[in-house]
Amino acid sequence: MTATVPLGMPAARSGGSGLDGVPALPEGVALGKKDFTSAQEVRWCPGCGDYAVLAAVQGFLPELGLRRENVVFISGIGCSSRFPYYLDTFGMHSIHGRAPAIATGLATSRSDLSVWVVTGDGDALSIGGNHLIHAMRRNVNMTVLLFNNRIYGLTKGQYSPTSETGKVTKSTPAGSLDAPFNPVSLALGAEATFVARTLDSDRKHLTSVLRAAAEHRGTSLVEIYQNCPIFNDGAFDVLKDRDESVGRLVRLEDGQPLLFGAEGAQKAVVRSASGFGVEVLDAAAAAEAGREVLVHDAGADDPSAAFALSRLDDVSMAHVPVGIFRSVARPTYDDLARQQLDEARDVAGGPASDDDLAALLAGGDTWTVG
Amino acid sequence: MTTKQVETLDRVVIRFAGDSGDGMQLTGDRFTAETASLGNDLATLPNFPAEIRAPAGTLPGVSSFQLHFADHDISTPGDAPDVLVAMNPAALRANLHDVPRGGTLIVDTDDFTKRNLAKVGYHTSPLDDGSLESYQVHALPMTSMTVKALEGLDLSRKDAERSKNMFALGLLSWLYDRPTAATERFLKAKFGKRATVLEANLRAFRAGWAFGETTEGFAVRFTVPPAPAEKGTYRNVTGNTALAYGLVAAAHRAGLPIVLGSYPITPASDILHTLSGLKRFGVTTIQAEDEIAGVGAALGASFGGSLGITSTSGPGLALKAETIGLAVMLELPLVIVDVQRGGPSTGLPTKTEQSDLLQAMYGRNGESPVPVVAPSTPTDCFDAAVDAVRIAVTYRTPVVLLSDGYLANGSEPWKLPRVDDLPAVDPGFATEPNGAEADGVTPAFRPYLRDAETLARPWAVPGTAGLEHRVGGLEKADVTGDISYDPANHDRMVRLRRAKVKGVAVPDIEVDDPTATRGGPQDSRSEVLVLGWGSTYGPITAAVRAARKQGLSVAQTHLRHINPLPGNLGEVLRRYPKVLVPEMNLGQLALLLRGRYLADVTSCNQVRGLPFTSTELVEAISALHHAPARSHHEARAVHGEAR
Repeated sequence: MTATVPLGMPAARSGGSGLDGVPALPEGVALGKKDFTSAQEVRWCPGCGDYAVLAAVQGFLPELGLRRENVVFISGIGCSSRFPYYLDTFGMHSIHGRAPAIATGLATSRSDLSVWVVTGDGDALSIGGNHLIHAMRRNVNMTVLLFNNRIYGLTKGQYSPTSETGKVTKSTPAGSLDAPFNPVSLALGAEATFVARTLDSDRKHLTSVLRAAAEHRGTSLVEIYQNCPIFNDGAFDVLKDRDESVGRLVRLEDGQPLLFGAEGAQKAVVRSASGFGVEVLDAAAAAEAGREVLVHDAGADDPSAAFALSRLDDVSMAHVPVGIFRSVARPTYDDLARQQLDEARDVAGGPASDDDLAALLAGGDTWTVG
Repeated sequence: MTTKQVETLDRVVIRFAGDSGDGMQLTGDRFTAETASLGNDLATLPNFPAEIRAPAGTLPGVSSFQLHFADHDISTPGDAPDVLVAMNPAALRANLHDVPRGGTLIVDTDDFTKRNLAKVGYHTSPLDDGSLESYQVHALPMTSMTVKALEGLDLSRKDAERSKNMFALGLLSWLYDRPTAATERFLKAKFGKRATVLEANLRAFRAGWAFGETTEGFAVRFTVPPAPAEKGTYRNVTGNTALAYGLVAAAHRAGLPIVLGSYPITPASDILHTLSGLKRFGVTTIQAEDEIAGVGAALGASFGGSLGITSTSGPGLALKAETIGLAVMLELPLVIVDVQRGGPSTGLPTKTEQSDLLQAMYGRNGESPVPVVAPSTPTDCFDAAVDAVRIAVTYRTPVVLLSDGYLANGSEPWKLPRVDDLPAVDPGFATEPNGAEADGVTPAFRPYLRDAETLARPWAVPGTAGLEHRVGGLEKADVTGDISYDPANHDRMVRLRRAKVKGVAVPDIEVDDPTATRGGPQDSRSEVLVLGWGSTYGPITAAVRAARKQGLSVAQTHLRHINPLPGNLGEVLRRYPKVLVPEMNLGQLALLLRGRYLADVTSCNQVRGLPFTSTELVEAISALHHAPARSHHEARAVHGEAR
């Protein structure tokens, strides 16, 4: 026999900011990039996309106005997972794939921390795939930065779960047999409440996505396309070249029609003829055929449209949506867990005393000798 | 009403046996509670299959509950039942071989149909073919009597039959003069919302009692007077409950919230269940997506200043190994509860074993020392848990608490501790920088600067200004905690971590040796020392008492701390010419003792999924007692092997 009970929605937190409850700096006090930069020498390869993301994060964190002692970065294993060492906050460089699980315990027990997870395509989607999907399902308040370079860098060049099928690497001399994951599709399938994609090289876009992710209450998944100059150089060049990218990048902006491309060659995202997905048409042709241009709605409860958008991106990178696919409010696991504790305490009339402990140990069925 | 003869007994062992769905565990639990409240000393052994409802009436589906109660101090659930209550042919067949000739069988005859008999390989009914002649058999149609007692209630026959366990409980409660009020209260609490079910259970329970009172089949009624016990307030408790309460009590005294990250696994799940109901005590439970996430969440919470705990059994401990290694490196408090079961692999999920000892000690990559604490009885699970928390918090280290299935589900009377007497460990969170930058002036935090006495590092939790620092699985530079690949530093850090665990304060072991004189333990002259750890304590204690009655010269001692081992253990081992080490594995502690002390110990092993019987241990003690002392040459040979 099973029963369900309504959990209620923590009133203060419903759709609140991811930073609610995290102590802010006193008024008039501001920190700078330097304050978030640790003394550790940064040891990524020259030209690694991680440098750009680190610089963006160090530069953006002060904007949140938080005390750095209330910011925690937790990473797994891989090149990007060295990230926490370079930030002068609290940090843990943990073990392969497990950062979301460790962050779940931390975020659940501490409402006053801004918790960040730094992970890569191998760390998050291969060895740690289970933890990632369950963190998103539970909607634990944390921001996950998933650095996707479509290769294993730290182990020197094996294919990853986001590598193209047929990719020739050290471990796949005859071509990889695996079909790749699309991390955004995966996250939406796992019911993530905030899903976004950005590029290591577009600092402005990266920063705006990070800010929205930090402010979202719940698990925010940010996929960052990141170049590995040693083992997968140029993987995202077509998205970075000014001319090439313009017809490929679909910039998602909430409430705006999904139009992109160069002037005179504009393209439109429309509902596909089959009815379930979306497709890209020449904007003029779409208008002529009376096909309605879709308007992006990141706050739609139903993730179907966001999922359809995520399917536009494949390894050809012909059309790559970037920006916030989905951002919806749902109670977070950690808020609900703390609420249950608070309620249990309130019902019992306050925190447990020594007498309460003695009563617990005794239970309901005792006898006395002597 | 007839007045029946009452006979006084000093001890009785009863085993209730039936189908997995017959409610034998509940029946046993209730009889135990009645017995406990009467003040008998007692010990229990639930024994059930891994399948929730194995096919009805089959041997694999038999579930049993054994209870030993006495008017004196006892330490085991008894080697053999004096009374077997068998609710069907399968239960009789599966358990009869354990009942000594002359024992009492109380059998529900309703299920003894040709088909049910054939299912378990009986060609003729043992109730009719004379094969039970040497037992005292009470063949009773308990099911039909139950159904008759429930006539008039709005119940199908099938539903009415389900109360037959309460009829059996009522009958046995009468036979052994147990108080019934608490059971009636229990039933009201359990079924209060379902009036018909409650009425059915109460009627069946009372009908069983009344049947005993009126039938001529039971001429004698028995009573077992209370056992003398220390003054105090008592309750009955299982090992899993006591262990969960120990964790809560220790954390409460330390002022720490608990975060339990756990994945359901037999026989540890009851710890998760118990703790999930104790939110009021600041306990957060996270049922994680897997074993790894369970310990990961616990470690994350410890990083944040909670007491992180994970509970599991052997297969889960294997999965958690890498994270425990990370905790060794991070030097953060963490308690890992392993309720051992039969292995390897899925093994025997519902049966007991002690075969995770070496996994707990060494089942990680690298030199990865962790303290290991093992409770010896169900009630000792409380004290061992308190001790595990003390070590984890004081020394900033993961600690493995090694219980097992026998302790987990077994129960015994527990003299309630006074909360004031429980240790209150100070978490001693770091609050300010503990060093200075190279300029000698600017304050700096050194996350791996150790306490001179305990070698513990500071517990500096997020939210503490000025203590921002990074930890991780890469080797740390001594003091600063920076990443370091320096060869000499690694060598030093490996040795420091070992020294820290080696230096954990654990009490010396005490030896129970009747030959010890006023001159002190050095004068002990017993021939054999029996050295155990964990749940073998009960059977060993019973066996040592019995061996002494036979005139054998036996001393006994028991280890709670396997890592580090007590400081006087080497001296104790050298004191005795013969040392017997019984274990429910193939000699894991013996291997450690030989390796550590070059001690010539003799193993006594079994892995049947059940505790030792005291009888087999008496035989082992006797055999070693009478064996010639090993020659110097033989001893050397054994030592050589150990090298």
